[in-house]
Amino acid sequence: MIEGITIYEILTLTTIIFFIGVYGFLTRTNLISMLISVELILNASVVNFVIINKYLYPDVLQGVFFSIFIIAVAAAETALAISIIINLYRQISSVEVKDTEIMKY
Amino acid sequence: MDFSSFLLMRHEIILLAITLLLLVAEVSIANNKKNSIVHLAIFLFGIHTIVGFLKMDYGDLFGGMFHTNELIKFFKSVLNIGVLILLLQSGDWIEEKILHQQRGTEFFMLLFSSLLGMYFMISAGDFLMFYLGLELSTLPVAALAAYDITKRISSESGIKLILSAALASGVSLFGISILYATTGSIYFIEISEIITSNNLTILGFVLFFAGLGFKISLVPFHFWTADVYEGAPISIAAYLSVISKGAAVFILMILLFTVLKPLMAIWENIIYVIAIITMFIGNLFALRQQNMKRFLAFSSIAQAGFILLGMITGNQLGIATVVYFVLIYVFSNLAAFGVVQAISLQTGKENMKDYEGLYRTNPNLSLVMMLALFSLAGIPPVAGFFGKFFLFTAAASKGYYLLVFLAVVNVTISLYYYLLVVRAMFLRKNENAIPYFKSKIYMKLGLLITAVGILVIGLYSPLYNYIHELSKSFLN
Repeated sequence: MIEGITIYEILTLTTIIFFIGVYGFLTRTNLISMLISVELILNASVVNFVIINKYLYPDVLQGVFFSIFIIAVAAAETALAISIIINLYRQISSVEVKDTEIMKY
Repeated sequence: MDFSSFLLMRHEIILLAITLLLLVAEVSIANNKKNSIVHLAIFLFGIHTIVGFLKMDYGDLFGGMFHTNELIKFFKSVLNIGVLILLLQSGDWIEEKILHQQRGTEFFMLLFSSLLGMYFMISAGDFLMFYLGLELSTLPVAALAAYDITKRISSESGIKLILSAALASGVSLFGISILYATTGSIYFIEISEIITSNNLTILGFVLFFAGLGFKISLVPFHFWTADVYEGAPISIAAYLSVISKGAAVFILMILLFTVLKPLMAIWENIIYVIAIITMFIGNLFALRQQNMKRFLAFSSIAQAGFILLGMITGNQLGIATVVYFVLIYVFSNLAAFGVVQAISLQTGKENMKDYEGLYRTNPNLSLVMMLALFSLAGIPPVAGFFGKFFLFTAAASKGYYLLVFLAVVNVTISLYYYLLVVRAMFLRKNENAIPYFKSKIYMKLGLLITAVGILVIGLYSPLYNYIHELSKSFLN
């Protein structure tokens, strides 16, 4: 609980972060930036879980546990994505989205 | 709770043991004898499949996070059979193309980890277990899609899969967090008691649905499918289209029918619309494909649309028909992918044009392919017809006549493009047809099982009755 700040403000913040992530994912042209956008989405949900747990249901720590697992899985996800991107970079010397479109329609 | 109650997780424990055993084998077997790992993996998984059918107890573990019942056990066995066929079909590919790169064992370990994730996903009792299972089933497949590290196309499909999967699971997580906000719990049982239909719940549900819709490749979320299938190794494309999709369909159906049942008025409409556009877009895009893998990708999107017809009912008939259809779909789609894989392994050809005149040179392969395509299209004597027929019956029993009519229209469209392949194989003459070749024993066995499955399942009616009985226990 933070003094003087209600749950509405924080939920508004996380929702904005979430949609920034979605917007970034759809508009970025660099694979790494797309990955960062996905991280924004995941982090928005992490904050959501913690805040909802803290403000609305403080007796049981379900949301906090959930957020810890999300952080761990997100790290694994990023590591895998980065390794695939590195492998791609070795072959085409680029991490731009426009270079990864030899398969279309 | 004592240690014997862990035996409820028998499938998971045995699979984990096999994965670890393969790791030991990888270390201890000399480099020039690595092909024994392929035999070892297939042998161990065969035993696991058989053990999976044995009698076991049902119940809850970890305070309700994990639960099993008869239908879940049956569905795990269906997935096992699918993966076993897949291993048989891809054994030759691994021996010939992958082993000399010293990367044979990883294939099995990643595949089995992904299957383990699916087990956890379909027996999840709360959203945390569900999310972990979902991720464990998706991430290894992304690594496998990029498995052919020498090919650019494979890396591309890997990056497309992992980025879309990450976005989908992120969106789905945000939805779960909203559901958590409205109900105060992540346990399915508690949620189903509290949840009511209000705006926030609907928002959460829609976001959550998007994540699973991605796994099933329903239409607004299907863009990754064709690209990933085309670029990934064929066995991984088959895995994504059969096993991964089947598990996701099952858990989505269970969640809709039990946890999210109070929202039925909402999700009925969503599924109604998505079923129609999924069938139409999948079929219409399949018409213009020349690459067999892309062709099968769009055909599998269309099949997902048909599956939704059974899901819209929300009752026991829906569960039984969907599980039955998925069982048939496993056999028919694996047969089609198996033939594509056999031909691609021998000749490297994947286009529909290359299949012209195949019947004259390789009659057996053409016959299996024909059976598979007839089953996917739903032509009466083979199993696919009964699967589709029951799905349509389920939808019609709830009065969705327009939906069933549109589905029948789509069956007709799909018949056209499935028959295009059959025509190429049987009627067209070709000077440079693919020459006669002999597949190895594993591939033959894999194709034989699928062919027998396609022929037998449709005619052996006690199987459907059995599934129907099992689904009774599910909705209490």
